Amino acid sequence: MSLIDSTRVDRLRELARPDRVFDFMAPAQSPVDVRHGPILYLEDVSVSFDGFRAINQLDLTIDDGELRCIIGPNGAGKTTMMDIITGKTRPDHGQVWFGSRHNLLTLDEPQIANLGVGRKFQKPTVFEALDVTENLELAMAGDRRVWKTLLARLDREGQARIDEVLETIGLTAARYRLAGVLSHGQKQWLEIGMLLMQRPRLLLVDEPVAGMTEPEMHRTADLLTRLAGQQSVVVVEHDMGFVRAIARRVTVLHQGSVLAEGTMDEVASDPRVIEVYLGGGDEEAA
Amino acid sequence: MTMTDNLERRDRSRQAFLSRSTLFTSAALIGAMLVVLILNALPASSALHVSGATVSLLGKYFTYMLLALAVDLIWGYLGILSLGHGAFFALGGYAMGLYLNAQTSPLAGWQSLMSHFPVAALAVLLAPGLLALVFGWLTFRSRVTGVYFSIITQALTFALMLAFNRNEMGMGGSTGLTRFYELLGFSLASEGMTVALFLASGIAVLLAFWLCRAITVSRLGRVSMATRDAEARVRFIGYRVDHVKLALFVVSAMIAGVAGALYVPQVGIINPSTFAPLFSIEVVVWVALGGRATLYGALLGALAVNYLKTVLTGAMPDAWLFILGGLFVLVTMLLPQGIAGVISKWRGEGHRRGEGKGRGSGEVPARQEVSA
Repeated sequence: MSLIDSTRVDRLRELARPDRVFDFMAPAQSPVDVRHGPILYLEDVSVSFDGFRAINQLDLTIDDGELRCIIGPNGAGKTTMMDIITGKTRPDHGQVWFGSRHNLLTLDEPQIANLGVGRKFQKPTVFEALDVTENLELAMAGDRRVWKTLLARLDREGQARIDEVLETIGLTAARYRLAGVLSHGQKQWLEIGMLLMQRPRLLLVDEPVAGMTEPEMHRTADLLTRLAGQQSVVVVEHDMGFVRAIARRVTVLHQGSVLAEGTMDEVASDPRVIEVYLGGGDEEAA
Repeated sequence: MTMTDNLERRDRSRQAFLSRSTLFTSAALIGAMLVVLILNALPASSALHVSGATVSLLGKYFTYMLLALAVDLIWGYLGILSLGHGAFFALGGYAMGLYLNAQTSPLAGWQSLMSHFPVAALAVLLAPGLLALVFGWLTFRSRVTGVYFSIITQALTFALMLAFNRNEMGMGGSTGLTRFYELLGFSLASEGMTVALFLASGIAVLLAFWLCRAITVSRLGRVSMATRDAEARVRFIGYRVDHVKLALFVVSAMIAGVAGALYVPQVGIINPSTFAPLFSIEVVVWVALGGRATLYGALLGALAVNYLKTVLTGAMPDAWLFILGGLFVLVTMLLPQGIAGVISKWRGEGHRRGEGKGRGSGEVPARQEVSA
């Protein structure tokens, strides 16, 4: 029996590899660490605006690859929650982690976006003076530094990626249209397409079907369900029919904290949820 | 297949550096320089002879066009309205003024360095560039935008005007710098020098135009237009909006500095009135009249307004400011896209680049037929 087992030495070497010991030497490709489960983890988050508690001790966990719907009456804090996750608003206290390595509270919007958090706004926000292809091109994952952006050329790979996303969002025929002339529904899809170009790990989608017609809504539901699995998707929505169509797990927000969580049927039969949505609480309307 | 090929080509040409407007503008600039050269070379007795004074005046117009270009780069394409670009122009001018002064009488202290042309040339770029870097870094980082940014730029140029008015600055106080005789060993009074400065200014306009064009057709140019129209979106896509703004602001300030440096030897004086807030506002009016976000519109606006100014301040000096103000109001109301907007309408093409935030949706559908 030899004392120096060669496989052991190899294992030791493996453990002592510089990029294992030093975090910053690890490859930059997929920096998000989801080995411990959740991709997004909010704990005890609170934020007040002029004394109004928009978010109140909110706890929320989103698993990798999950499609989660978040519902709640107006003023429940849904948009504020997205602002906190994307770095637009800083909470008064609490913790927000992306994977188990990145503390989102120490990063700003571009850093969070480049880590792989994509956000779709409530009101469709596309670059109206640019055409559909150019909108997607700007959103494409890549080096965002000024000098690199100045010299950037759209290569074959990028073009293929754009074509692929155009196909997914059904805007191939409108690829050279100005984004400003698109219909409301098309703008919504273009914005989702821009999110896809970013190759995010986590998509935050704020009211994707607001103002959409019934067929447009079905296509959007289809699109979002297909995305889940490859990406984690968090959808904030008012439209109950839409939520029922796509949701596997639903979280109900109320007055800045989680009121209930579960499948759509569980949530819909929860008396507290019924109270909030149907019950006489007039204060909630604010 | 052929259908998509067609679309592909159209897209490429639109993003290309060499568009029709680039070629036309370059040709017009080169043509103007050649024509003036030839007409100036004609004997003085000829009816078509262009005098040295006129050449010098045209050279001055070129420097104004350069300044307008600098403003359009950040206002038209990035939505940053600087009401203090005269400050960068003046700083470039003062750097050149110090160099010219140093040719005849030695300057004291650090200013003695400015007697070397390379140092002075560097200062022409670095003085405005560094000011823009520091000022831009502070404002863009704290997300000062819109009218607040404009007001701060007014304060900046006003503060510099007060500072340069003080004799202790060593910049000639309220008289400024004057008594320029020689540039690179040649007399400034000579006709040859007048023509050389005119040509230098024209070439500077051409090079700056190409530079701005290259920037605005690049992906960075598209990012800046996106920033102009939806800044928050750009940030959530992952671009550092403050860095983009800072880079273009510094480039713009340097172009303005070069304009000032070319202006000074042709006019023969630089004084604190160039820092006056009113001058910077006038520059913005040139660009607005010419048409934002087209580059050639800024060139046209600067030329048209300054030519009008030359004519009208001679004919009826008291009325000039009223006319300028009236023109501004009329153009804003009737031709929101300026002269460039009229031109592109004549050419029957939608001007998609020129459309900023505030455009009416009424004219957009026309564009649809073009690009669909």
